[in-house]
Amino acid sequence: MKIRQLTVFVENKMGYLSEITELFAKSGIDMKALSIADTKDFGILRLIVDNPDFALKVLKDHGFLGTITEVIGVEIKNTAGELSKALTLLAEKGVNVEYLYAFLSGTKESAFVVIKATDNIKAETVLKDAGFKAINGLS
Amino acid sequence: MERYFQKDIETMPVEKIKELQSEKLVKQVKHVYENVPYYRNLMDKKGVRPEDIHGIEDLHKLPFISKSDLRETYPYGMLAVPLSDCVRIQSTSGTTGKRVIAYYTQHDIELWEDCCARAIVAAGGTKEDVLQVAYGYGLFTGGAGLHGGSHKVGCLTLPMSSGNTERQIQFMLDLKSTILCCTPSYAAYIGETLKEQGYKPEDNSLKAGIFGAEPWTEEMRRDIEKALGIKAYDIYGLTETSGPGVAFECKEQKGMHINEDHFIAEIIDPDTGEVLPEGEKGELVFTSLDKEAFPLLRYRTRDICVLSREKCSCGRTFIRMAKPMGRSDDMLIIRGVNVFPSQIETVLLNEGYAPNYRIEVDRVNNTDTLDVFVELLPEQLSDTTEGIVKMEKALSAAITTMLGIRPAVHLVPPKTIVRSEGKAVRVIDKRKLHD
Repeated sequence: MKIRQLTVFVENKMGYLSEITELFAKSGIDMKALSIADTKDFGILRLIVDNPDFALKVLKDHGFLGTITEVIGVEIKNTAGELSKALTLLAEKGVNVEYLYAFLSGTKESAFVVIKATDNIKAETVLKDAGFKAINGLS
Repeated sequence: MERYFQKDIETMPVEKIKELQSEKLVKQVKHVYENVPYYRNLMDKKGVRPEDIHGIEDLHKLPFISKSDLRETYPYGMLAVPLSDCVRIQSTSGTTGKRVIAYYTQHDIELWEDCCARAIVAAGGTKEDVLQVAYGYGLFTGGAGLHGGSHKVGCLTLPMSSGNTERQIQFMLDLKSTILCCTPSYAAYIGETLKEQGYKPEDNSLKAGIFGAEPWTEEMRRDIEKALGIKAYDIYGLTETSGPGVAFECKEQKGMHINEDHFIAEIIDPDTGEVLPEGEKGELVFTSLDKEAFPLLRYRTRDICVLSREKCSCGRTFIRMAKPMGRSDDMLIIRGVNVFPSQIETVLLNEGYAPNYRIEVDRVNNTDTLDVFVELLPEQLSDTTEGIVKMEKALSAAITTMLGIRPAVHLVPPKTIVRSEGKAVRVIDKRKLHD
């Protein structure tokens, strides 16, 4: 269920995002998912890529500040109420979700959800026990 | 009719002032030479002996004292009387070994308060006035100086200290304060707050304000005068020479009269130390003529300014100094507080940050703003915005503890702080303080 997310700290200025995507394109890094949390001063980019370690090295070589963060990946059925079911469950068990983002899985039947919880291990157990399908790697 | 606190002295003919200064200087040099081994050593090195000083024409022969000498002699090295003769200390805001402790005998306190009393009277103060002191009390000389001066004039003194603006306004209106003493930026802030609360300038009883301890422009003066419905007077001083009151403005508002019976002012070339003629721009240097406990001779203030002996319509004969137009070192005065970039650097290192930072100072609505940009290290990276904001707040709190004023801290990615010749450009002062 564990996924290694690439976290990048950028100034909230024009051009930073395109600089990163261009770097990835040149290095042949495939992006599966992308989410941005921002304030007026800075942004935190969260990326799921096919080879996070290589991607991190590429970014560092170009002066970017990044790190690898462990998150969990869950497959959610593409029907109304499924995500709600997972989140309700986590709340009931006292697991706090720091952030999450979702993306399409490539099939119509399901979506993938990336979750960062205060306690990733517990979140994983809770979801697994309830029958949610884990996503282990994305490459 | 112009009023004076000590008319005979304040309107003394220039030749008489110079005679008085010469007489006092000879005695003071002897006092310092005999009682301050550090300065005696400086004089010996320069080959000057007290008997070489016959009057103010010999002043240039004496060695300078700079801030670094004060650091070196901290805490007692410049003391010229037994500690048991001292009754008070005051101190500068510096905290990283830059702190200066000034000692006062009762005589020193009296002369300092006399200087402040002259400033209050020059601003129209009499015993009928209600004088609100909104400078900080404590180690800072602002509160203590104006407080003492106010007593000497016989004003009803409101020892408010700085801050708690609601209470300042309540006392100001309820007790009908007529003179306000504080930093110009605080005066501007009080003015804005009054306006926000729906008061017009004519709703308060203020007639004058005596503002100092930080640089301010003529434009800011006009703003404050309009907002509070007063005449705003500038006052100058530094802890090393006593505190506020070394120089003060009269109704002409054309430079500050230096209390020449107690201090000799010189303007020097900051690079060569050479004394410059009247009217030329250079570094201001003060010699204390009467102070017993902490008598600094030729103290370099680092303030760049111009002196003028031009006759003043107020009748005072004391030489006038223009508003200082800059400083010859890296010290910043922000909201009346002395700030050295090195202090911020110290906090960064203590808190585990790299010393790559940029300080931006600006003045928004007449209040100084301080922004500190700091480069984040890879191991410090958080994956949430709250995580970063929390770090910014913690760092801001640590800097506040060090400086006494709160900065806005901005964490930025590495290498985003512009470096010139490999070294980061540390300070950007955007304030327009000098017209």
